[in-house]
Amino acid sequence: MTTAAAARVADSVEPRTSGRRPRRSRFGAVPSSTTGTIVLVVIGALFAIPIVALGWFTFTTASTGAFTLSHYAALFDPAQASNYSELFAGIGNSLILAVIVVAIVLVLLLPAMLLAELRFPRAHRVLEFVCLIPITVPTIVLVVGFVPVYQVVQSVLGSDPWTLSFAIGVIVLPYAYRPIQANIGVLNLTTLTEAARSLGASWPVAVWRVVLPNLRRGLLSACLLTISVVLGEFTIANFLGQNTFQTALLLLQQTDPYISAFFAVVSLLFVFALLVVISTAGSIGRPRRKRKS
Amino acid sequence: MASGPPCAAPGGSPPPGAAPRRRDVGWLGFAPFGVYVLLFLAVPGVVAIASGFFDANGRFTLGNFATLVDSTILTDFVNSIWLSAVSALISAVLGVLVCWALTAARPDGVVRAIVDSASSVFAQFGGVMLAFAWIATIGQNALVPVIVKAITGIDINGNGPLLYSVTGLLFPYVYFGLPLMVLSFMPAMDGLRPQWGEAVATLGGTRLAYWLRVGVPVLAPAFFGSLILLFANAFSSYATAAALISQGGIIPLAIKQQLTSETIVGVANTAGVLALGMVVIMAVLMSLYSLLESRTRRWQR
Repeated sequence: MTTAAAARVADSVEPRTSGRRPRRSRFGAVPSSTTGTIVLVVIGALFAIPIVALGWFTFTTASTGAFTLSHYAALFDPAQASNYSELFAGIGNSLILAVIVVAIVLVLLLPAMLLAELRFPRAHRVLEFVCLIPITVPTIVLVVGFVPVYQVVQSVLGSDPWTLSFAIGVIVLPYAYRPIQANIGVLNLTTLTEAARSLGASWPVAVWRVVLPNLRRGLLSACLLTISVVLGEFTIANFLGQNTFQTALLLLQQTDPYISAFFAVVSLLFVFALLVVISTAGSIGRPRRKRKS
Repeated sequence: MASGPPCAAPGGSPPPGAAPRRRDVGWLGFAPFGVYVLLFLAVPGVVAIASGFFDANGRFTLGNFATLVDSTILTDFVNSIWLSAVSALISAVLGVLVCWALTAARPDGVVRAIVDSASSVFAQFGGVMLAFAWIATIGQNALVPVIVKAITGIDINGNGPLLYSVTGLLFPYVYFGLPLMVLSFMPAMDGLRPQWGEAVATLGGTRLAYWLRVGVPVLAPAFFGSLILLFANAFSSYATAAALISQGGIIPLAIKQQLTSETIVGVANTAGVLALGMVVIMAVLMSLYSLLESRTRRWQR
């Protein structure tokens, strides 16, 4: 009796941390787990329908809607390979872009953030402001400016798809900035580097062996988010007339919507898996997003 | 273009304690990022907006602004605002429901990880692919319209394909709006302390009293802030609409039409006017957002 009563008291004192919810007298905002589950399942199902429909669509024939595997057979048919060469070229371009944009984040953004954290605290606000501009200014507006800018860029660097990386790097800034800053926020980098420096480490050594290892998690999130944004980028490539994954998908959709649907489902699931990895790996010891400043 | 210091460099705001000589050198560390941001963020942004003030020959003019009273463009603006507002409102209300349901799950549990990730995919990655998903769902030969027709007798594609109209865009827009609501509203929901519920219960209050006196007042700024964010996101979204509608209808598509049209000279400058119009609307929204955001933060410390 006493243990049961104690358990109930514990439940009612800390309804969040215990696995079970108090049964009888609930209070506060938390719904009963049944209600919560029902809401999540219903809305989850509504969100799953279009994706399932998209997946199902790849197995149907155009005229009758009957089940078929012929679309997948076509994907591996050497005779029809030329139909998909644009798509594979687009995927290749997007992967190259992803690598370059990650490099931009690590080589340009990260040093500026570390410098602001370690030496120039007042630069923080400027940096944050700059990095959040791409959320406020729609991509479509920036693109109006990118079109003339890229006439200059193309005369200098040529018109290869990789040149898009500079424009996409700007769009990525908010997504890269936030996880890195969240990680910096929970560390005391000044103390860490001072400790390293007083033990005789030079600045490069302190950054390489003390700062960067501590930022591993934030950097990983930033890189994976960057990759997903680059792979999903459509607007800039569309306006500047480059062939990337998304523009190729849209083009292919007009000739072979089935294969285009297949790649859409696969990439949605791929990025979903990528993000599940980030959030489960990140939740160990990482404060949740509410503490992000 | 003004050749001032890059905007990332903190001009004239050195930390008071640092030694002046070393400071001047360390400062240069901002240069690479500053130059990059100047070239690919500041310049395109300024060019985009400034282009509205010049004619095709590069002379200053305000003539381009005549577009803003053009009936097609006006309709596009109205459509954009209407579509963004309605989709934002639906997404926000349903999103609150999801957030509320999620508070029953452990903050560091698997359910949260899955919902967070799925929300990110839908809110930020989807674009073109979400449009495909909706074509497969409520397009001409898809299953859902057939089922709906069998049950209710209503042909949702009766007046032409629903999905290719501005009204039809509501479906995909809610589809990426609701997940964004979950991402942006959940921190506020997490900020509701269990102690507040206990306090209300101790004082004899019901759950209704809790919601009316504590929950709603605390969450209201976050709700309206997120609503604005959703509106802004829908308003500036381009990929989904471009994948579904080839003609104009909303402002981002109108910009595309203006920029790619080769028949009329100088229309690129009209795109600049439209871009300026979007920026003005976004600037108003975002300043409202940051105002509400600072009120929201009070409860999340």
